[in-house]
Formats: sequence, C-alpha cells, structure tokens
Amino acid sequence: MSGPSTYKPNSGFERWLDARLPLPRLMHDTMQTFPTPRNLNIWYTFGGILTFCLAVQIITGVVLAMHYVANAGLAFDSVESIMRDVNYGWLMRYMHSNGASMFFLAVYIHMFRGLYYGSYKAPRELIWIIGVLIYLLMMATAFFGYVLPWGQMSFWGATVITNLFTAIPVVGTHIATWLWGDFAVGDATLNRFFSLHYLLPFIIAAVVGLHIWALHVPGNNNPLGIDVKSPQDTVPFHPYYTVKDAFYLTLFVILFAVFVFYAPNFFGNPDNYQQANPLVTPPDIVPEWYLLPFYAMLRSIPNKLMGVIVMGGAIVTLVFIPWLDTSRVRSCRFRPLMKQFFWAFAVACVALGYCGSQSVDAAVAGVPLVWVARIAGLYYYAFFWLIMPIVGLIETPKKLPASIAQSVLGDTAGAPAE
Amino acid sequence: MAWPFIDQMNPSSATLAAGTAEIDLSAIQPGQQIVFKFRGHPLFVRRRTPAEIAAANAVPVSSLPDPLAENDNLPDSAPATDANRAIKPEWLILVGVCTHLGCTPQVSTPQMPEGDYGGWLCHCHGSQYDTAGRIRKGPAPRNLQVPVYSFLSATRVKVG
Repeated sequence: MSGPSTYKPNSGFERWLDARLPLPRLMHDTMQTFPTPRNLNIWYTFGGILTFCLAVQIITGVVLAMHYVANAGLAFDSVESIMRDVNYGWLMRYMHSNGASMFFLAVYIHMFRGLYYGSYKAPRELIWIIGVLIYLLMMATAFFGYVLPWGQMSFWGATVITNLFTAIPVVGTHIATWLWGDFAVGDATLNRFFSLHYLLPFIIAAVVGLHIWALHVPGNNNPLGIDVKSPQDTVPFHPYYTVKDAFYLTLFVILFAVFVFYAPNFFGNPDNYQQANPLVTPPDIVPEWYLLPFYAMLRSIPNKLMGVIVMGGAIVTLVFIPWLDTSRVRSCRFRPLMKQFFWAFAVACVALGYCGSQSVDAAVAGVPLVWVARIAGLYYYAFFWLIMPIVGLIETPKKLPASIAQSVLGDTAGAPAE
Repeated sequence: MAWPFIDQMNPSSATLAAGTAEIDLSAIQPGQQIVFKFRGHPLFVRRRTPAEIAAANAVPVSSLPDPLAENDNLPDSAPATDANRAIKPEWLILVGVCTHLGCTPQVSTPQMPEGDYGGWLCHCHGSQYDTAGRIRKGPAPRNLQVPVYSFLSATRVKVG
C-alpha cells in the first residue's frame, strides 16, 4: 500500500497483470513481505480477529436478510421462523447475534491495547481517529440490528436511543420525528433501520480499508513503543504473523463457538423474546452489554440534556487522545505512573458497565450505584482531560531499550549495551 | 436537491392524518388508570380520587421543576396548577410518554406504590411524577404532556 515494493512478477501473466492492475503486488507488499516489528504480542492479533468478525457478520447477515421481513407486523414472526423453520437458520442467527458481542469484545481489547502501548501517538494519530470512527459506525450498526427482531428490548431500546435527540433544544423533537417517520417508533422506523443496518457494514469495510492503509504508512507500533530502527527489528509479515494471527484466531473462534453452541442467549435479554408492545415498557431497560458504560453515565446525571452531552462526550473525547497525551514515551511499560492510572481507568470502565446493568436505584453494600457511576464517570473524563496531559509532563519514564532487536535478542544483536 | 432525500423520512400526510381517537370512560373506577393507544403512544386516562386531587393541589407551583402546565388545550405560558392539568379534576388525561427518553411510566396506586409522589415512576431512568402527572424528581425535564381533548358527553372523550 505504501513504501517501496519488493514484488517480482514470476510469469508472463503476472507481468501483464502488474502493468494493468497491480493487485498481486498489493497483496505481496501488505500481507507477505510487510516488515513487522518482531516483538508483537498476543494483543496485536486482534486486528486480524476483527477483520474476521466483520466478515462473519456480513456473511451471516446477508443470509439472514434472505429470510427476514422488515415489517412491524411480521418481523418478530419471521425471526422465529428463522429459528425454527429455515434450514440452519438458528445457526445463522446465533452466529450473527453472538458475533456482534464477539466483535465488540475484540474491539475493546484492541482499543485498550492501543491505549496501553500509546499506539495513538504520532505518527499514528489518524489510524486512531479512523478507528474511533469505525467504533462509532459499529455502535450504530449494532443498535440498528438490535431493533430488527422487534422484541420488547428492540422496541424500547430504539425508543430510548432515538429520544436522546429530543434533548437537543428547539429542533430535537423534529429530529426524533424525522428519525421515526411517525409519532413514535413504528413500522416506518423498522424499515429504515433495516436499510441502514444492511448498508453500514459495507461502509465499515471501506473505513477498515483506510485504517489498514494508514497503518501501513508508519507500520505497526509495538509493546516497547519505540520506532523500528533497522531491518533487524522486523520480520516479514508472512509467515511470522500470519501464523501467529491464525493461532490466536483459532482460540478466539473456539470461544465464539462455545457461546454459539452452548450459551447462545448468554448476551441476550429474555424480554426480547416477547413481541414489541408500544403500551408496556419492560420494568428494566438494559442495552446490550457493550453499551452499558455509556448508559450508566447517561443515567447518573439528573438532567436530560447534560446526561446526553456527558454520554456523547465520552465517545467524542477519544478523538482527542493523540493530543491529550503529552508524554514523549509511547508504551506504558516504561511509564510507571501512567500504568497505574491506566489500570484504574480499566476498573472504572468495568464499574460503569456494572452500574449500567443494574436498576436505577440499586445499591451495593449500602452505596447507591448511581454514586459509583458518578465517580467512575468523573474518573473517565479526568483520565483523558487531566491525568493524560499532566502525568505526561511530570512523570519520569524508565529508560527505553536501544532497539527492538536488542530488547528481544539481547546484546548479541550488535546494538550497544546499556 | 438534498431536501427530497431528507424529507422522505418525515411522517407522510397519511400518517399525520390518523391522529385522533375517541375513548369511553364509563368503565373506569375511581383510583384506576386505563391505558389507550393514541398516535402509537400510550394514553393514560386516570380517574383520580379526592385524596389524589387534594395532594396535587397542595403543591406550590413555584416548587415544581417544570412550572408550566404543558397542556395542549391551554396557552404555552399557563402555570402548572392542578386545575391547568385537567379539564375536569376527576379525569387526568395524559400522553403516557416519559419526557426523559420516552419510556412508559408505571402508575402508582396506594396498594402498589411506585415512587414517592403517588403518580408515576419511570423505571428506565427513575423519573417520578405526582398525581397531576408533573415531574417531581429524576432526569425528565417536563411534566407529562396533556394532549388536546374535549368531552363529547359525560363519559366520552375525543383526543387529538
């Protein structure tokens, strides 16, 4: 995709094709000879795993669309017919619904990896920002998809999320009506959500292309967070990382299969096996697990507009991380102070997720969860807007190794000893 | 050129026209709420007891988070007194949509209380309404909306 090419056409046909559409050259340079830091660990295999997840969602989704009916009167029954009548329909649907959860599991690991090793720092700012865009598109796609089975959670989830727009002064209710195509969530809404749910994965695929293109300009970051200095620091992508990616992808697929075959409704909500009823809200509305931290922030603020701003701001904040982090060192391995704040941040995210999964007035050991969510939400913001800029300035990082090769191979690599 | 592509998503004239409903009050007992469907939303019709009306009247309007009546039958600036929330005090007719994020609040009865104000509690995000459907606590910004309605007879109401 970028940089000098080492591709040599081997046959007359390859020479002919290379002069017209250099597709083999592209594949050779990006997936075969691409120089990759030799020290990438397990956490760097999730990019490939995510590509796999996207492919699974698109393939099973195209199949499901052959049997699904986007009509408020028929949608619920058509999903039941997929489960009971369509040959292997249950498998397609369980792969698709659990696939969404696996997709988010992988993307969260991928994002925390990027945060820990400073992969968003120069010159990789755009890779990170394009990644945030992909994450946003994923959330929109997942939301549209969750509405389609037209169960109680589908309907009320759609109602709550579209009502977020009514918090916008003056034009808010007009935007909500425009989204619904009616006075409330209904048949018109279901149809347009189906249309968008089918469209967005292909947009995601295109943006993933940009993500990988941008990645292949500076190349991979690595757990040490130092730049590649010589060819000794790298190995060719194939076979080293094709094999490593394939191994961890296999483990990931086993986990995926455990859910699909042994606990297919683990991530689901039983209320969604009841058909949508616009007159009865289920006692506890819970979004899918991957949205719970943001949902907890929304609920912890006793003001509608502020709640929506805080929730949206939590995602928008991610875009600014490359410039909020003032440290010259990328990897938390060499940032003793930041490392502690990072793990506290991970705990805050899990705490927010837990608060979001419980009812509004719940308490643990006498502490109202709404206050846990407030403190964790405050820390979420403080981590990015205060801790990142300040710690980067006051922290004394540990001494960085001279090179990747020296760190991996020891002094025999020829680099000067410390 | 962009407008047709934007406006096609708005409700069609056919959808907008299907906006009135006639309801029958005769079977509703004092203290009871019946939910009808109106424009795709729940419509709360609650026959209030004298105690519930008295409780609503006892609240000073100045202490309310939303001091406006939010009544489509009155000017926008009408204050949220109990008299401005219902044409006949006994019959409270409200759009059953929480003004926070659109869930349907649960009705409170003396036997099964929901929240601290005797009206409604929204389980989604904890908004509490009093016996006049006015917001008292929680994230919802406005009182439950009173739709346009009129009494056709003592027991028939036209809504919308």
